[in-house]
Amino acid sequence: MIATESLSKRFPRVTALDRLSVDITPGVTGLVGANGAGKSTLIKILLGLSPATEGRASVLGLDVATEGAAIRERVGYMPEHDCLPPDVSATEFVVHMARMSGLPATAARERTADTLRHVGLYEERYRPMGGYSTGMKQRVKLAQALVHDPRLVLLDEPTNGLDPVGRDEMLGLIRRVHTDFGISVLVTSHLLGELERTCDHVVVIDGGKLLRSSSTDDFTQSTGSLAVEVTDSDARPDGTAALLAALAGAGLTVRPAGRTADGAPVSGRVLLVDVLDESTYDTVRDAVTDLGLGLVRMEQRRHRIAEVFRDEDPAATAPAGPADPAGGGWGAGHQWAAAAQRDEQNGGAPDAA
Amino acid sequence: MPPETTAPAQDVIHNIGYRNYSGARLGRAYARRSLFSQSLRGAYGLGRSAKSKVLPMILLGVMCVPAAIMVAVAVTTKMNDLPVAYTRYAILLQAVIGLYLASQAPQSVSRDLRFKTVPLYFSRPIERVDYVAAKFAAMASALFLLTAVPLLILYVGALLAKLDFADQTKGFAQGLVSVALLSLLFAGLGLVVAALTPRRGFGVAAVIAVLTISYGAVSTVQGIALARDNTDAISWLGLFSPITLIDGVQTAFLSATSAFPGGHGPGTGTGVVYVLVLLAVIAGSFGLLMRRYRKAGL
Ligand SMILES: Nc1ncnc2c1ncn2[C@@H]1O[C@H](COP(=O)(O)OP(=O)(O)OP(=O)(O)O)[C@@H](O)[C@H]1O
Ligand SMILES: [Mg+2]
Repeated sequence: MIATESLSKRFPRVTALDRLSVDITPGVTGLVGANGAGKSTLIKILLGLSPATEGRASVLGLDVATEGAAIRERVGYMPEHDCLPPDVSATEFVVHMARMSGLPATAARERTADTLRHVGLYEERYRPMGGYSTGMKQRVKLAQALVHDPRLVLLDEPTNGLDPVGRDEMLGLIRRVHTDFGISVLVTSHLLGELERTCDHVVVIDGGKLLRSSSTDDFTQSTGSLAVEVTDSDARPDGTAALLAALAGAGLTVRPAGRTADGAPVSGRVLLVDVLDESTYDTVRDAVTDLGLGLVRMEQRRHRIAEVFRDEDPAATAPAGPADPAGGGWGAGHQWAAAAQRDEQNGGAPDAA
Repeated sequence: MPPETTAPAQDVIHNIGYRNYSGARLGRAYARRSLFSQSLRGAYGLGRSAKSKVLPMILLGVMCVPAAIMVAVAVTTKMNDLPVAYTRYAILLQAVIGLYLASQAPQSVSRDLRFKTVPLYFSRPIERVDYVAAKFAAMASALFLLTAVPLLILYVGALLAKLDFADQTKGFAQGLVSVALLSLLFAGLGLVVAALTPRRGFGVAAVIAVLTISYGAVSTVQGIALARDNTDAISWLGLFSPITLIDGVQTAFLSATSAFPGGHGPGTGTGVVYVLVLLAVIAGSFGLLMRRYRKAGL
C-alpha cells in the first residue's frame, strides 16, 4: 500500500521527517506520534502535495513525486483541522467533493447518500453544517474522504475533539471502513492506546524518526498477565519484593508493573505475572499465603501496547534519549507512550481540559 | 472504557452493505469544470441558501431595469437611436458592478480559505492552476452575465424599435467585447483582493475600497488636469483605475465616446498602452492568485 525509503523532510528550522523507511500493508495501520512527530507531514508527502527533501515514497505502487494526481484519484484524505463551510449542507458538500474526485453527477449523488448513511448521518444531512456537533462534523469529514470509493484513506487524527463515546464510535467506524468496505486505512493519533483496538499494524514515529513498526498482534496476542498487589506484614516489610522473589523462584515471569500498570502511577506495588496456564493462579495464591501477606487484588489483564514498549531495551528504540534512572531506563519515546496511555485511560482528559 | 467497540444500534439497522464504485472516474479536466460551474452558480446564490440568492439577484435586476426602461422609451417614442451607447452602459452602472464584485468575490475564494476547504481540493486530482483557473473563469463569467444581459436587452429592444440593424449589431458586438474585458479585469482584481483578505467582511470592504478610491483619485486628478487644460494628462491618467482603463481601451479601439473629463480619451497610440496595461493586470492577477495558493496548498 505505502512504502517509504529513507524519506526525509527538512524545513528551515526543523526536521519533520528523518530518514523514515516503512512498509505499510493492506489493512488498518495506525501512525502514532506526539505533537510535531511528523505525522501530518508524512501524509502530505504521500498525497504528492509536498516534495520530500530526500528519499522516496510510493502509494499504491505510484511514485509520490511524479504520479501525485493518480494517487489522489484513488486515495481519500481527511484533514486534522476543520474544513467544512458552515452554510452548506452535508449532502451538497459531499456531492461537490465527489465530483471534485471525478465522479459523474448522478454517481456523486448516489454515493453521497450511501456514504453519509454508512458514517451514520441521517436527517441532519440536509441541514447546514454550521449547526453540527463535533462528532457529526468528523463524520462528514470521513464521508468526503470515502465518497469516491478510494482504495486507501489517510485519516489525520479523526478522533480529535471527540468525547470517549464519540471516539469509540469513530474508531468502530474506521474499523468497518476496512472490514466492511474493503478500504485500507492509515490513521494517525497521538494516543497510542486507542489504536491498539482498531489497527492491524502500528507505526510509531517520534521526532520524524521511526520508533517502531509492528503488527498489533505482536503487541497484544502474547499471553495475558495477572496484576497482583499485596500488603506488607511485620515479618516482611516489603511484601511486594518478597512476592516477586518467591514467584521468580517458582519459575514465573514476573515484574513490577511500574507507572503504567493501569494508566495511573502505582509505584512499585503492583506486580505483573505472565499467565502460563491455569496453575499460575494457584502458584500465585499459594505464594502469597506462604509469605503470610494480604492479597489486595489479583486480576487478569491483557498486555497493552505501552507495556510492550516498556519491556524493550530503551537503547534499541530511543538512542537519543538519556536513560531516566527513576523510571527504570525509559527512553524519551517511552515516557511519552506512557503519557498517551494515561490520557486515554482518563477518557480524553486533554479534550475535557 | 470497555475494550470492545460498540457501534450505535442505528448503524446496524440501516446498514445495507457497502457498494463499491466501479463507474467512471472523469479526472482532472472534469473536476475543473465542476468547480467552475459550482462557483459560477454560487456567484448567483444557486446551490446556496435562499439568503445568498437575494443580493446577486437584486443587483442583476438593477443592472437590467435601466436597459428595459430605455428600450421601452425607445420603442414608444420612436427614437432613431438608443439613449445610451452599448459601450457606455457598464460605465454608467459601474457602482452596481463594483457592489456585485465586492459581494461575490469574497464568497467565491475567501470562504474556502477561511474554512480551510482548500486542502480538500488539493487532496484531489486537480492542481493549483486548475483551482485558480476555475475560480477566475467563474467570476469573470458571472460578471459577464451581469454586464452582457442588459446589453442584450438593449439590442433586442433596438431591433424591436426598428433601429438600423447593421449599426446596432456593430455597437452591440463592441459592447460585448468591452464588457468581456471588463469582466476579466474586475474578476482578477476582485479575486486577488478577496484572497488576500480572507477575514469575514474585510474582503467586501477591500474590494469596494480598491475600486472607489482608485476611481475617485483618478477622476479628481483628471478634473484638475482639465482645469489646467492639460488634456494629454487626462488621457494618460485613466491607466490608474480599473473602470477608466476599460474606458480608455474602448475609446481607442471600440468607437466609444470617452467618459473622461472633457471627453479627452486616449487616441490609438496611447490606446495601445491601455491594452497592454489591461492585459498585464489580468495576467498579473492570475499570477498573484497562483502565488496565494502556493502557501494555502495544505
Ligand atoms: N510548513 C511548515 N514549515 C515549517 N515547519 C513545519 C511546516 N509544517 C510542519 N512543520 C514542522 O514539522 C514538524 C512536524 O509537523 P507535523 O504537522 O507533521 O506534526 P504532527 O505529527 O502532525 O503533529 P500534530 O499531532 O500536532 O498534528 C513540526 O515541528 C512542525 O512545526
Ligand atoms: Mg498533525
